[in-house]
Amino acid sequence: MSELAITALRFGLLALLWIFVFSVITSQGRSLQIARPARLTRKKKDETASSVSTDTPPPPTRALATQLAITEGPLAGRTIQLGGQPLLIGRAQDAGLVLEDDYASGRHARLFPQGSRWFLEDLGSTNGTFVQGNQLTRTMAIDPGVPVRIGKTVMELKA
Amino acid sequence: MTNTIDSVETEQPVKKPLRITEILLMVMAVVIGSGAYMLSGLGMDQTLDAQYWIQLGVMFALAIAFHIVLRLRAPFADQYIMPLALTLNGLGLAMIHRLDLVPPGTNLANNQLLWTALSIIISMAIVWFIIDYRHMRRFTYVWLLASAILLILPFLPFIGVEIYGARIWVNLGIGSFQPGEVAKLTLAIFFASYLSANRDLILLAGRKLGPLAFPRVQDLGPLVVAWLVAMGVLVFQRDLGSAVLFFGLFMAMIYLATSRLSWIILGLVAVGAGGVIAVNLFPHVEARIDGWLNAFDMDMIYAEHGSHQVVQGLFGLASGGLFGSGLGEGRPDLVFAANSDMIIASFGEELGLVGLAAILLIFFILVTRIMRIGLSARDAFGKLLAAGLGCAMAIQMFVVVGGVLRVIPLTGLTTPFMAAGGSSLLANWMIIGLVLLISHTANRPMLAGPMVNASGAGGGAAVPGQPLEAGER
Repeated sequence: MSELAITALRFGLLALLWIFVFSVITSQGRSLQIARPARLTRKKKDETASSVSTDTPPPPTRALATQLAITEGPLAGRTIQLGGQPLLIGRAQDAGLVLEDDYASGRHARLFPQGSRWFLEDLGSTNGTFVQGNQLTRTMAIDPGVPVRIGKTVMELKA
Repeated sequence: MTNTIDSVETEQPVKKPLRITEILLMVMAVVIGSGAYMLSGLGMDQTLDAQYWIQLGVMFALAIAFHIVLRLRAPFADQYIMPLALTLNGLGLAMIHRLDLVPPGTNLANNQLLWTALSIIISMAIVWFIIDYRHMRRFTYVWLLASAILLILPFLPFIGVEIYGARIWVNLGIGSFQPGEVAKLTLAIFFASYLSANRDLILLAGRKLGPLAFPRVQDLGPLVVAWLVAMGVLVFQRDLGSAVLFFGLFMAMIYLATSRLSWIILGLVAVGAGGVIAVNLFPHVEARIDGWLNAFDMDMIYAEHGSHQVVQGLFGLASGGLFGSGLGEGRPDLVFAANSDMIIASFGEELGLVGLAAILLIFFILVTRIMRIGLSARDAFGKLLAAGLGCAMAIQMFVVVGGVLRVIPLTGLTTPFMAAGGSSLLANWMIIGLVLLISHTANRPMLAGPMVNASGAGGGAAVPGQPLEAGER
């Protein structure tokens, strides 16, 4: 092949490399956002959209709840003082709230503060965590008075 | 699983992405890789015989196969990662082939092509067979044990081999293998599974000293053991590069899990102390540092373990200039290990600053994509694993490119996807497979809100945290 053709191909390769880089950068523009609307199916999205407009979450002026009261189960009647720190709930001896319950997992759920609200996260438990009878599928804000059930234990936050 | 969801899904079928972006970028990746391969042949006055077309065919077939596997098993996975890795792999093959053609001639490129095929097939198998990567976190200590075994393997008699003063290879009969490369992956899985389970414990229990919070000793135990295993073996293996990589991975993952600055301070103190001890205790480390600081000293250049290699690489980069000499037109072969440790210098010489910058950008985008997957993953294990693997790749690139450019002392680490050598290729493609799985799990649509147990009351609890999906699995 002639010298000229090879030189042209050489620069062609460099150009192609940069076209590749730029096509990646420009096309990924949208997918770099963190909030992904695709996470919910459309039906659910409509539901959440309407529920947001009707019952807005409590105003952030409310102070963080300080107590966790156990209303049912072997530990019923106890209250746990909450600091501003996450609480691990489960059967494991190092958990913040140790449940003597065969239906609870070792590291069952985690309650943690963010802003002025407490959030509950299921840590992949076997039998699930239920908030107002619904199984937790993702981290959720928990308001005072809302019953949370883990195994045989039911608890709720108190301001 | 499938019947549970049918009632909901039929109303709003989840649209599976067609992965068009991936197809287009994949074609470009193959054209770049194989184009460079042919161009380097032409530059070395070869005729384009069957070998070149076989290379093109194999790369294209692998790309298509990977695309089909992703479409079937992980349709929501990131679309950029595979083409990016494929481009780097293709360019590496081209440079290895180009250096093969220098008399007296070697035949590493075919070997590398074979390893590429094997690695991509194993990566596809990971995507195909691992139903849920989250199950891996259950075997926390198995991963630690696997890492330890992989790192100790080169010391065993008969199979352990010492090459260029570093005992990091094992001879498998069919070729040598560097188990430390795979240990990078198993260690990352161990750290991710240990830290995702014990993060709260490490964070909350502990003593406060002024503004810094230090963890309890017993919480740190397994991590320290892991660190000691990695470090100890590496000191004895005399592989400085891997030591830096493992320690960097360890620090990055602890910081990712706890976001405590005190850890970084502890780590830097440990690394400082370790560095001082290493320089005073091991002559080869001292020689490395000396060769780095006084690289252009004439005596140093011609010394036995002197700076000849890195200086030669720098002159190569300089002669490449802005646009490079063109594939096959330069003399990158003058540098020792031009197709493995110094492959970045070879690219700098033949593709110039323009080409090398594009290559580094591709690495950079690959790391940002992996980090992006870490951000979108829903579970702590997936987050830590993806982000940790991204950090490992970034650290590895810094150590390699920094070493070649004399920013830091040159250490023998492989350039991911590019350097000649099967073990590195295999480990990195395995990482790609895992990361793609994590991104599929993170991006697939998930039902939020109350779940219906369609199998009836007591018909088996749905596994929480596990998104339901239609069709596959």
